[in-house]
Amino acid sequence: MVRRADPAAVAADVADPEMPELTLGDLGIIRDVSIVHDRVSVRITPTFTGCPATSVMAHDLEAALHAAGWPDVEVLTVLDPAWTTEWITPTGRAKLTAAGIGAPPSLAGGFDQAVAAPVACPRCGSRHTRRRSLFGSSLCRDAHVCETCHEPFERVKPI
Amino acid sequence: MSNALAAADVVTQFVCRQGDRCLVLSHRLQQCITHAPQLEEELAIANIALDLLGQARSLYTYAAGRIGPDLTEDDLAFGRDADEFWPPALVEQPNTDFALVMGRQLLHDLWADELWRAMRSSTDPTLAAIAGKAAKETAYHLLHASTWVVTLGDSTPEAHDRMSAALTALWPFVDELFSTDDLVASVAALGVAPDPATLRRSWDARLDAILEDATLTRPTGQARPPTGRDRCSDDLRAVIDELHELHAQHPGARW
Repeated sequence: MVRRADPAAVAADVADPEMPELTLGDLGIIRDVSIVHDRVSVRITPTFTGCPATSVMAHDLEAALHAAGWPDVEVLTVLDPAWTTEWITPTGRAKLTAAGIGAPPSLAGGFDQAVAAPVACPRCGSRHTRRRSLFGSSLCRDAHVCETCHEPFERVKPI
Repeated sequence: MSNALAAADVVTQFVCRQGDRCLVLSHRLQQCITHAPQLEEELAIANIALDLLGQARSLYTYAAGRIGPDLTEDDLAFGRDADEFWPPALVEQPNTDFALVMGRQLLHDLWADELWRAMRSSTDPTLAAIAGKAAKETAYHLLHASTWVVTLGDSTPEAHDRMSAALTALWPFVDELFSTDDLVASVAALGVAPDPATLRRSWDARLDAILEDATLTRPTGQARPPTGRDRCSDDLRAVIDELHELHAQHPGARW
């Protein structure tokens, strides 16, 4: 009997292709991992419908599980329930800030309130910031600039 | 391909039609890239185009799977002639200036926002799931478009006049969004999608509020008379021909 790593732990530890500081577990995109007759099934929820990283994530998950001793792997994409930034873990949020990317605000008060909420600069912590665009360098981020330290920064936008 | 789609059930045809809307509008936006007025706007337009492409892919993948196990999203995107695409004429309209692009986006996004939110409770679970994701993305597109329409409308006389002219040029294509044909009536009767006429009251009220902020007035032009669907418009043919160019030269090409 070959010792094999826990597939759920292996899957959760795979790096996000676009924000490699974070793991797929940190992002909350892994819905579940199951094993039936030695076949590992990983169900993931894409962040945005058009996110080009989704197919890379599936590829990276397969490669990581193969390397961990699971030759039979399937990655399934599920759309419902739709991914939300509320699923990013506290660890994931801390890693985002450490990487200079703003963490998303809570959606508890609804979309309009979350979009209008003040944004803290991930570098200096100032809340004296302004949004430059609702869209950024990837689908999941918007663009801001800090009026205190004058650095531009991106943030994961609430969805 | 065309026969398979024509013989498909009404839900499949409806899903494919929604895919056509998303794909054609995505392509129109992609044609704007490198022509945006500022760098942030290049990114915004590219992001919105990518969201719409993603929505088109989800819809085509679902429709293709319903037609047969061997069909893929690419068969629906690349395996049909322009005459077989059925987007609303609004999204076909060429990019004459930035005001037109943002006006087109506002009229469409407001309608799509109403549609997707209503379709989250579709009796078709896959469509409801697609709608759940698309609704979140569309909320950002709508906020972006409405911000630009207000910015341009409530600005210099030239910006105001061009924004106003853009909405006037687009207005004849609005009624089609809320019209019903046999296919739309069938899916509405099944509870798969709303009767688009029921979206109009909210759409009107929300548009009026945005136009008031923009110091613009709602155009009064007549709806474009229905042309039938014997053949597609020259605008649509141009979009689809461009979209198909690489695939036609290199069938089955992959990245």
